[in-house]
Amino acid sequence: MTLIHIKINGESVTVAAHSSVAAALAGRPNRLSVGETAPRAAFCGMGVCFECRVTIDGQSQQRACQVLVREGMEILCDA
Amino acid sequence: MRELATELAIVGAGPAGLAAAEIALRHGMPVCLIDDNPAPGGQIWRGGQAGAAMAGHPKLRLLTATRVVAAPAPNCLLLESADGASQLSYHRLLLANGARERLLPFPGWTLPGVTGAGGLQALVKSGLDVRGKKVIIAGSGPLLLATALSLKAAGAQVIQLAEQASLASVSRFALHLWHWPGKLTQALMLGWQLQQVPYAMNTHVRAALGNDRLQAVRLRRGDEEIELACDWLAVGYGLLPNLELARALGCKTHHGVVEVDHVMRTSRRDVFAAGELTGIGGVDKAQLEGRIAGLLIIGEYDRAVALAKRRRRWLRFAAALEQHFSLQPAIAQLASADTVVCRCEDVRFGRLAKCGSWREAKLHTRCGMGPCQGRLCGAACETLFGWQNAGSRPPVFPARLDTLAGNPSTAEVT
Ligand SMILES: Cc1cc2nc3c(=O)[nH]c(=O)nc-3n(C[C@H](O)[C@H](O)[C@H](O)COP(=O)(O)OP(=O)(O)OC[C@H]3O[C@@H](n4cnc5c(N)ncnc54)[C@H](O)[C@@H]3O)c2cc1C
Ligand code: FES
Repeated sequence: MTLIHIKINGESVTVAAHSSVAAALAGRPNRLSVGETAPRAAFCGMGVCFECRVTIDGQSQQRACQVLVREGMEILCDA
Repeated sequence: MRELATELAIVGAGPAGLAAAEIALRHGMPVCLIDDNPAPGGQIWRGGQAGAAMAGHPKLRLLTATRVVAAPAPNCLLLESADGASQLSYHRLLLANGARERLLPFPGWTLPGVTGAGGLQALVKSGLDVRGKKVIIAGSGPLLLATALSLKAAGAQVIQLAEQASLASVSRFALHLWHWPGKLTQALMLGWQLQQVPYAMNTHVRAALGNDRLQAVRLRRGDEEIELACDWLAVGYGLLPNLELARALGCKTHHGVVEVDHVMRTSRRDVFAAGELTGIGGVDKAQLEGRIAGLLIIGEYDRAVALAKRRRRWLRFAAALEQHFSLQPAIAQLASADTVVCRCEDVRFGRLAKCGSWREAKLHTRCGMGPCQGRLCGAACETLFGWQNAGSRPPVFPARLDTLAGNPSTAEVT
């Protein structure tokens, strides 16, 4: 299995190549709900619900479930 | 903005879209195949070897990780990807953009660790590590079994499968399966491979429990309630066609599916539809319809008509699915006043219950106004309150402002 090194909130993580960013997040919360402090994480897994939004290499509001990891990718979560 | 042109545009590289693309390419017709996912294959194959036979075909333009966000003018689609926006003009259009899950609110469903049923399967197929994790799979329909199998194969421990439909209903469905021998074989194999997994009928999730993450699930079976500790809860109540694009194009829809004639023509000239979009019936129906549409598009009318005769049995399968896995009334009554219904805008059931229509709900509560554009809460409100046509508004998908800036004709952006 080819492994890839990425950073999630600055922390180095090793994941299988061809994983989606949502799979790499492994259920950890990636954002807080509107006007509240409830943590949220990927839900639909297929690009529909927008719960998995993260910042990827500086681009905000990316759906983690629809993006594959790349070597050196930096992911920022709001939660 | 980049300008692209093609003879045949196909939205969705799942079984239906791929089947049509193959026929058109073999005929020598230029095809542009667009999919939101990073690889072709649709919901069932998710990458893998799907479409490998076509890869590199000189007449194929494959645009993955690209979504159709609007249909700004006749014979024109607006696309968006990480590289920016483009405009695609086409002569013919095949809509093969499939279905999503019906995801319904219940207390605790926003906790991390709770996902859709096909949703968790999709996450696992895209690399989520579930080895040794305890999983409960619940909701309705055969997708629960497919999900259980994928999870098991990935090393998870599926501690409970819960189907809301009654034993009588599921048994009737199973008894009918001999009409579709391929499906019967598949069901028997699934049954064999899942024999260690407890499969309860007439059972649904009452609540997901935990503080910042899922810890346990409360299940209701008949009059009895039980609590089970687990790491993941995957819940889905069947599939719903993605109608937004078809509607934006002005294609007629009926009972939640795109209306097509026997050879997959929609009510709009030069626009065809195939797969889950025309009725939830599984991969065989999707591939067959893709082929029928492909044949018609390359001008092989007689062959398309001949093939279309086989479609009837898959339409009967689709009808059987809908009938035997229809939702029990309790499923629409799971939310309590403080249960979030609209996840994007955090609108709770109690506030929505005071509204009389989807329109009123949007105006007063912002329900459906977030980035998912009512894809989840619209369907939920249809089930919970009976509001018709709840859900989408243009653009088809939320687009970045700069994408729309090149396109004054696509109205709303919020
Ligand atoms: C989550 C999930 C898991 C499933 N798992 C199984 C399984 O294990 N076994 C099984 O037998 N059946 C499974 N099914 C059912 C099976 O996927 C379908 O029967 C079959 O894939 C339908 O094929 P299709 O071509 O109609 O659509 P799909 O396979 O749904 O393909 C549609 C494609 O269109 C794309 N799309 C949608 N909107 C846009 C847009 N605006 N822009 C660009 N692209 C877009 C989607 O990304 C998707 O790839 C599953 C369904 C779902 C929803
Ligand atoms: S998990 Fe729903 S959009 Fe990514």
